[in-house]
Amino acid sequence: MTSSTDTAPSSGPKYPGGSGGQRPPAVRRAPRGEPLRRRSFVARNPSILWFLLALSLFTLGVTVLAEATGTGLLSTSFIKTLGKTLCLCLVAVAMDVVWGYCGILSLGHMAFFGLGGYAIGQWLMYARTEQIVMGNLDGQPIPATPQEISDAIGTQIFGVVGASELPAIWAFAHSLPLQLAMVVLVPGLLALIFGWLAFRSRVTGVYLSILTQAMTLALSLYLFQNDSGLRGNNGLSGLQNIPGYENTPQATLSISFFWASAAALAIGYVALAWAVSGKMGSVIRGIRDNEARVRFLGYHVESYKLFVFTLSAIVAAIAGALYYPQAGIINPAEIAPIASIYLAVWVAIGGRGRLYGAVIGAAFVSLLSSWFTGGGAPDIELGFYTVQWTDWWLVLLGLSFVAVTLFAPKGIGGLFDLINHRVMPDREGDYGPDTGSWRTEEGTEEEPPR
Amino acid sequence: MSTLLEVSGVSVTFDGFRAINNLSIQIGEPELRAVIGPNGAGKTTFMDIVTGKTRPDQGRVLWGEKSVSLLRMSESEIARAGIGRKFQKPTVFEAQTVRENLAMALKNPRGPFDVLFSRGLDDADSRIHGLADEIGLRDHLSRPAGELSHGQKQWLEIGMLLAQDPRLLLVDEPAAGMTPTERQHTTDLLKRAAETRAVVVVEHDMEFVRRLNCKVTVLHEGSVLAEGSLDHVTGDQRVIDVYLGR
Ligand SMILES: Nc1ncnc2c1ncn2[C@@H]1O[C@H](COP(=O)(O)OP(=O)(O)O)[C@@H](O)[C@H]1O
Ligand SMILES: [Mg+2]
Repeated sequence: MTSSTDTAPSSGPKYPGGSGGQRPPAVRRAPRGEPLRRRSFVARNPSILWFLLALSLFTLGVTVLAEATGTGLLSTSFIKTLGKTLCLCLVAVAMDVVWGYCGILSLGHMAFFGLGGYAIGQWLMYARTEQIVMGNLDGQPIPATPQEISDAIGTQIFGVVGASELPAIWAFAHSLPLQLAMVVLVPGLLALIFGWLAFRSRVTGVYLSILTQAMTLALSLYLFQNDSGLRGNNGLSGLQNIPGYENTPQATLSISFFWASAAALAIGYVALAWAVSGKMGSVIRGIRDNEARVRFLGYHVESYKLFVFTLSAIVAAIAGALYYPQAGIINPAEIAPIASIYLAVWVAIGGRGRLYGAVIGAAFVSLLSSWFTGGGAPDIELGFYTVQWTDWWLVLLGLSFVAVTLFAPKGIGGLFDLINHRVMPDREGDYGPDTGSWRTEEGTEEEPPR
Repeated sequence: MSTLLEVSGVSVTFDGFRAINNLSIQIGEPELRAVIGPNGAGKTTFMDIVTGKTRPDQGRVLWGEKSVSLLRMSESEIARAGIGRKFQKPTVFEAQTVRENLAMALKNPRGPFDVLFSRGLDDADSRIHGLADEIGLRDHLSRPAGELSHGQKQWLEIGMLLAQDPRLLLVDEPAAGMTPTERQHTTDLLKRAAETRAVVVVEHDMEFVRRLNCKVTVLHEGSVLAEGSLDHVTGDQRVIDVYLGR
């Protein structure tokens, strides 16, 4: 959907050396004199409508089959899995914008996702602990002072790491609006600062990917420490209990979060599709394909990269904030470097450079992954050896990734081109996994000048 | 004619190899200037320096009435200051349509938020059509630039250059890969552009340079060997020795 739909398939032959007049009128697309109608954003990107339709049907179907709202054919835990999958689709869309469109292979996006989860988790844990503490203190003759309450909450939350003080990092945890602001602000600021430092020094390609891995590794190592103030390796737990909804059954909560995730995916998808359409999309894809050239046109490439990187980090954080209440627990292992690599694998398998490809990749691979690793897939008895999928799934995933990269660089999303008869690729050149994006190296011109 | 660009005493060394050696060139506004010289003379490197792609080891590059130094500006700032460039190898965005290529080059605010929120609010279409007529690509606006022939890509890049509406155009070997009629057309285009702007053209084809009918600078081993009318420089014995005689 990147190249505008007025790029009809190039049916005609090429006309080497030909100038305007030599092209037969039959294949003309914008006849002389006829003013080009400005079509709306959705009309130029019909895949958005198809996507929204598919998502609506899926949501409707799940609602009808859910326990709280329908027949109950789908278990509550499966509804949660589906809701979480939608969040993963959203972070994959964000990843596709930064990688598939802008050519920045970020291998640290799950850090933003995790930070979003931590930010919402702090409020969930604090508010719920506060209720428990208040309940305990209720019977006492003298009402507890705010300090006593705060201390009691601190002891309750931090008992596991042998502390009782609420660290400064929890200063806003009592307030849902403030903590929701943190969901966006903390990852957004991290992305802004990291991106500013990296892009300003013109770190690109593999080096940038390594730097993003280092960022997410450093963050997870930091959070593993008990004195990070976020409960070390215990992480935040009990997030599935939503304060104020103690009496609401999990079945109802799960379908509500599923709807919220579907809405977030729909809104995020449309917003990001809008951001990468039109002239903005042109510049962003230009940066992916040849950033030096974009500079010589007068665009400050670093600002664009920073904009795209930060925007997609914020979307990733929102996805995380919806994911972890459904998962119930978040700990530093969630933002280990491997998580971000999986994200890139999903997008590559789904087909980068098209947002629906990212959605398909994330949904398909993550659901398949939980089926294989959850023991859903039957073991294969080879006589001399038993293939246990819990062990071998990663090997299969790795092989599929290599196969897709080598033989089907457009990924699963490329199948839609067969339906559309679209012969023009969105991009040309190398799709290699190490290059991340195809670009002419800065400072080189092919054909050595001598 | 006032001086628009002043390059003085500039030197560049690549790994010990002196590609530009104490080079001084002045370009006026308006002016059409041809730069010739053997391969490796430093013509492209000269453009790299002016556009901020290569930083010189020493020397000054001053721009405009206020004589601001270009050496402290980034590539994008230099482009926004009014210097446009066509590369030796046609460099267009192959995966995007001719229209998208031109739209990206059009002179408009360049910030991310300007670009994000200003869509469809300008006269872009009519400007694009005007440019496309001028470069003979009117019927190809919706084609991906990658499908164009070599000569058409050259033209598209010239169109992108004009779309930027720069004060100084640096044009590196524009006629390569063009048929004689296309070359003629290109000369006309450049001459017309030079009526109001400064245009510097690097070209090997002597016929092409003759048609430009302008002052010629001969570069050799990174510095100016001769300067003047085409007849003047082609009569210069040193020029014949290093360039024409081979
Ligand atoms: N980035 C670079 N690194 C090393 N050598 C370079 C670089 N750019 C140009 N050169 C060398 O500088 C000399 C001048 O090159 P150039 O300006 O491209 O010549 P031309 O006049 O043919 O355009 C050549 O010898 C070229 O190999
Ligand atoms: Mg050259």
